[in-house]
Order: sequence, then C-alpha cells, then structure tokens
Amino acid sequence: MTDPSFAREKFIPKTVYVTYIATTAEKAWEALTSTVFTSRYFNRDVDIEPKVGGAFGMRMPDGRYDIRGRVIEWDPPRRLSMTWAVDFEEFRELPECLVTYEIEPMGPSVRLTMTEAHQWEVPDAILAGGRQGWPFILSSLKSVLETGKPISISPAMGPPKEMIDAVRRAIAEKPWRR
Amino acid sequence: MNEPKFVYVTYIATTPEKLWQALTDGTFTERYWFGTRIASDWTLGARVTFTRGDRVSDYGVVLACEPPRRLSYTWRVEFHEEFRHERPSRVTFEIEPMPGRAGGTTPEVKLTVTHDDFDVDSKVFRAISGGWPLVLASLKSFLETGGGLQSASVDALEQAKERALAAARGKAA
Repeated sequence: MTDPSFAREKFIPKTVYVTYIATTAEKAWEALTSTVFTSRYFNRDVDIEPKVGGAFGMRMPDGRYDIRGRVIEWDPPRRLSMTWAVDFEEFRELPECLVTYEIEPMGPSVRLTMTEAHQWEVPDAILAGGRQGWPFILSSLKSVLETGKPISISPAMGPPKEMIDAVRRAIAEKPWRR
Repeated sequence: MNEPKFVYVTYIATTPEKLWQALTDGTFTERYWFGTRIASDWTLGARVTFTRGDRVSDYGVVLACEPPRRLSYTWRVEFHEEFRHERPSRVTFEIEPMPGRAGGTTPEVKLTVTHDDFDVDSKVFRAISGGWPLVLASLKSFLETGGGLQSASVDALEQAKERALAAARGKAA
C-alpha cells in the first residue's frame, strides 16, 4: 500500500507534531480524509483519491486549490502519506515535501503523529510556516473530534514575513539543484 | 551540536485564568497529569513539588510567576534512578489570549511550553519529549471537555517516555 517507485529515503523529517485524541482510529482517519471535517479545522475541503498514486488537494473556501500532491501511502486507518506542494504564488517553485500521518490506538484514545519531511536543506525560516500552522490545525482537529467545535481561525495567522523572504531567497538560489 | 530544547504549542478553548489554575493547582493537575499533584506557594524562589501517590516524583524552584501569562520553574527528576544525577532543567509556560471567532463567546488561548537548559546528552530531555505531548493533550481535553484523556494512565505516560528514550538510544547506537 506504499508506492514502491517513490524515493522516500530522500525525504528527511524536519517537523514532527504529536497529539493524543479521545477518539477511534477510524474517526481520526475520517477527520484527515473527509471534507466534512477538514472544512472545519483546516478551513479547506480535502480532495483525496483513496489509493496509492491518487491525487490529493486542499481547496480554499473560494474554490482555488492551494495545496496539491499525490498519495504515497494509503493504509486506513493507520498511515497516510502524501506529497505536499504549496500551489500559491512564489511558493509554487519550492520542491514538494512529504506529509505523513500515523494513527496508533492507545486504549480509548489514539496517538496522532504528523511528520513533515523534506528533500532539500530547508532553512528554519521556511520551516517556520509549518511549525506555526501544524499546532493550530492539529489542536483544532482534536477539539473537533472531542467537542464538535474547532478553534477559530485568527486573521493574523498568515505566513510570517521572514518566511516569505526566505522563500524568495531560496527560489533565487535554488539550493535543491546542487 | 545545539543544546536540546523542546517546544510545544497548543491552542485551547478556555480563558488564561482557567489555564493558569490548571497549571498551578494540584487538585486540577491530578485530574489530567496522570495523578500527579503539583504544589507550591508560587512566589519567586519557592519550591515546586510533583507528587504521585505519596511519592515526590520531581521537584523544582519557581523562576517566574506572572499570572495568567507566564510561569517558569526548574525541573529536577527524582523518580527515576536513571535521571537523578542530571542537573535541573527549566520549563516555561506562556499563555496568550487569542482573538477568537468574530462575535463568538468561547475564549481561546495559545499555550507555548518550552523545556530547555539541558546538558547536550540529557536523557531527561528524551523522556520529556515523549511525555509532554501526552500531558498537554490531556490538559486540553480536561479544559475543553471536563475530563483528562481516559487512557491517560501513569502507564501511558511511562510508555510515551520509554518510547522516546528507546528512540534516543537507537539513534545513539
């Protein structure tokens, strides 16, 4: 259930976020793969073809996709891995990363581990975007599953300015081609 | 090699005051922190003790206490033979109120937990890296639903720490 042609070893984990949720593995899986949930905690509709090699995308409320990729591993309700490219302005030129969710049952709860892995030496200023976003998204996912209510999205939560500057520098230098 | 530093951010639907109480009042910590009671008079330099059952598991000293925004104390592990020789580390809680939903009534806060000031090869660092996500997930559940995580037994916490330690040993080998 993993794409055998995918060079996973090229992707080095850079950001890991772990949380524990009072829910079942099946519900947590549904929260990651169904629009009913993602629209509430991610403010985006997820489109995902349920198979290895399937297309993956996240659609903003205005209908545009800002995240696209393909499914690398599809193993419900335990492991989901997909490539992840930001389809938004200059971010488009960055190499895609690999996002993996792992769901492990622990008695009446689950441990959810999100790992963001990269195939080039990403500067911390660019990683800061995910390091800001994931705790919010996954805290909100936990709230949706446990209480039915997401954490509200703050207007001040766009990408940090240092991140945009770092993305522009990286695109100019293209260090991943070295 | 960088000095080990653990940072964890979570967002909780609660007020800064309730979160502060959950962090500093032993009758609250007992309910989400796997039966661990915290006790201190929360003045600068005062002792902080963590008690599980009738055993002191860890202790520290208050470094900063600015309710309901910032709390910091040193952390010395007493419970495990393996960790007892390490010097105290430092844990800091920062609480920021969030703007919340427009017209909404539910207050929300951002909690940042930073645990640092470790020696480079600290085993305590590995253990807390596994333990904090479980404790803080249980804290969030406690404040949002009224109960800590049901699976949040002492065993679960010990397993999380063991797992992190085992991973660290594997890396070192």
